[in-house]
Amino acid sequence: MTKLTRLTGALALTTALAGPALAQTELTMWYHGAGNDVEMRLITQVIDDFNASQSDWVVRMESFPQIAYNDSVVAAALAGNLPDILDVDGPVMPNWAWAGYMQPLPIDESLIADFLPGTKGIWNDELYSIGLWDAAVALVTRQSTLDALGLRTPTLAEPWTGEEFMAALDAAKATGDWEYPLDLGMAWTGEWYPYAFSPFLQSFGGDIVDRSTYQTAEGALNGEAALAFGEWWQSLFAEGYAPGTSQDPAARDSGFQDGRYAFSWNGNWAALGALEAFDDTVFLPAPDFGNGPIIGAASWQFGVSATSDHPEGAAAFIEFALQPEYLAAFSDGIGLIPATLEAAAMTENYAEGGPMAVFFDLSAEQALVRPVTPGYVVAAKVFEKALADIANGADVADTLDAAVDEINADIARNGGYGHN
Amino acid sequence: MASRFTRSNGTGWMFAGPAVFLVGTFLLLPFGFAFILSFTNQRLVSPNPTSFVGLSNYQQLLGVATLRLSPERDADGAVVTDAEGQPQFPAVRGFTRNNPDFPQYNGMREWFSIGLGQDRLVVLARDLVFMKAIVNTVVFVLVVAPVQGGLALCLALLINQRLRGINVFRTIYFMPVVVSIVVVSLLWRFIYSPDNGLLNNMLGTLSFGLIPTVDWLGNPSTALGSIIAMSIWQAVGFHMVIWLSGLQTISPTLYEAAELEGASKWQGFRYVTWPGLRNTAVLVLIVITMQAFALFAQIDVMTRGGPLDSTQTIVFQAVERGYGKQDISGGSAISVILFVIVLTISLTQRYLTRERR
Repeated sequence: MTKLTRLTGALALTTALAGPALAQTELTMWYHGAGNDVEMRLITQVIDDFNASQSDWVVRMESFPQIAYNDSVVAAALAGNLPDILDVDGPVMPNWAWAGYMQPLPIDESLIADFLPGTKGIWNDELYSIGLWDAAVALVTRQSTLDALGLRTPTLAEPWTGEEFMAALDAAKATGDWEYPLDLGMAWTGEWYPYAFSPFLQSFGGDIVDRSTYQTAEGALNGEAALAFGEWWQSLFAEGYAPGTSQDPAARDSGFQDGRYAFSWNGNWAALGALEAFDDTVFLPAPDFGNGPIIGAASWQFGVSATSDHPEGAAAFIEFALQPEYLAAFSDGIGLIPATLEAAAMTENYAEGGPMAVFFDLSAEQALVRPVTPGYVVAAKVFEKALADIANGADVADTLDAAVDEINADIARNGGYGHN
Repeated sequence: MASRFTRSNGTGWMFAGPAVFLVGTFLLLPFGFAFILSFTNQRLVSPNPTSFVGLSNYQQLLGVATLRLSPERDADGAVVTDAEGQPQFPAVRGFTRNNPDFPQYNGMREWFSIGLGQDRLVVLARDLVFMKAIVNTVVFVLVVAPVQGGLALCLALLINQRLRGINVFRTIYFMPVVVSIVVVSLLWRFIYSPDNGLLNNMLGTLSFGLIPTVDWLGNPSTALGSIIAMSIWQAVGFHMVIWLSGLQTISPTLYEAAELEGASKWQGFRYVTWPGLRNTAVLVLIVITMQAFALFAQIDVMTRGGPLDSTQTIVFQAVERGYGKQDISGGSAISVILFVIVLTISLTQRYLTRERR
């Protein structure tokens, strides 16, 4: 007993001594990157630099595996235990802002004037989160493939039309050199589906929800454009252009490098692997199915929790992290697209003429954020299931109708999700 | 109500205390919450206040209706047929979407249809996915309960012998039970893979390439069967051990007596072993049934309900809705429905297998 008392006394004493000596306010921060050593090293570096650069605040980070991160935040919010600084996946942010987990981010707007549009998390006309990087998707292939098939190289100014795209797939299919002409990444279930495939739907002229009001999906997800998209989508699998939902994840990860697929619809994070496999790897912009070439945007971003007592401290940290050298460090470390042109110039891959510079242009030119609404979280799930079902041969009109009903019922149950 | 049970049973309560506390905190209390929440519109993430909505969650899940369709007729009243000579029916979509004449069908989907003379009787479900989940779960239970129970008994009989090295077999049969179901599911995903999966390779080699590659988990007609087979294999060892414990309670003298009377092996099983296993059989059956109704991990890892809802199950839907789609009240309602189903079946099994005196 005496031992315990002595220990407690010693603890209390040291705490009392240490407290005023530091005179810094502690800010807690949660991050989704546990398990990724490079990413953790980068974010730790930013935090250490920040803590050393001033004497008002000290940031303490807790990291979570990405797969458990969102659940942890929701659980913490229900229990009233949110940290001061949160990181949040772009399309999820409106849900958390609406639910009262986050507060508008009080940073100097001029700091982010040059940032890629996809890195800014804006909901109800207020900035809630900001990303140090963005992500982009491109049609990955080899120059030799394009030459062998006699195909025009599409450019940002003049992307392939829908017909040109299908003609390219037909040409690749006719040679029989590949298992499938196109790899869409159907093995990557979850957010990949709405992120990578809803831009096709938008290029056809449809959308997941009607963005003019965000109160219904009727017409957007089951209108004529959406039906045309659905038929096209089904034909990709029915006619053997692309492997379907039972694609092996390993085939997705290495199939293009192994020469099993002629074209691969893949993100910038996988670009380095493709470049290492083939010198003549090229990244082509998304095809235009009539409503412009479109790719998804927005990756992980930083924001301030609603319960934080020190939003100014949290904002100070986020402003600090927005320095170009950190943007460049994240890009070099884990292959992400830096948020500004200035930072891009400092990176190995995204500098002018760099092997992945095209992704920066893709993000700047083609990117469209996923529907900015708290209901996106549910709509994305419904959309994913609808696309998987259509790929597996379900009736297109019935499936899209059912998806619309489910999204609309969810919007109604949530009182319209607070859209003004 | 002061009785011996409450007054002078302090020791008993102390023994029961920890279990009562844990069961109460982690089973009864959450279930009480689920029961209450299923009558509200509670969301996982929402700033909106929760309100009671009566039975609407249950109506949404269980709503079923029938619609009688007559074949389309042309101007002369003759039945319009398609290329294969089958009569053409009006599209169900015309009745279930924005049709002011049939508000009761709005938002429903066709579940299945049966021929009724010239007409077609279409059964509509308000929540088609949930209906499929119920059917799949029931099929799963109906196959797994007898097959797994029977197989476990066979294995138990096999290893209930005094042979050298029998413990090796006991260990092998029991091993899948000890391995996490998530790991087992991942391994079986590789085994079932159409991409050089073990099963396809084996079938191909054994049949000299006659059996074509099957996409076991990607084909709606084989997906549920594949999961059933894997699930039986995974948990059979557990029930084998229960059977084994039952076998070892049967006194060897009974077998000796039977042998002296000239009973054959089969007669020994039929008149000594099986009656001695009566209580074990009841236990195994009820445990398998309850476990089978809770089918979730295999689905979550291997198919996520697909392809085309062929492997949707009740618990997977409860989790998918409650957490994935943030609809806690809907997920709770599914849990309550599952509870009622399992309770009904367990009570029925208890009644049917009761000891008749």
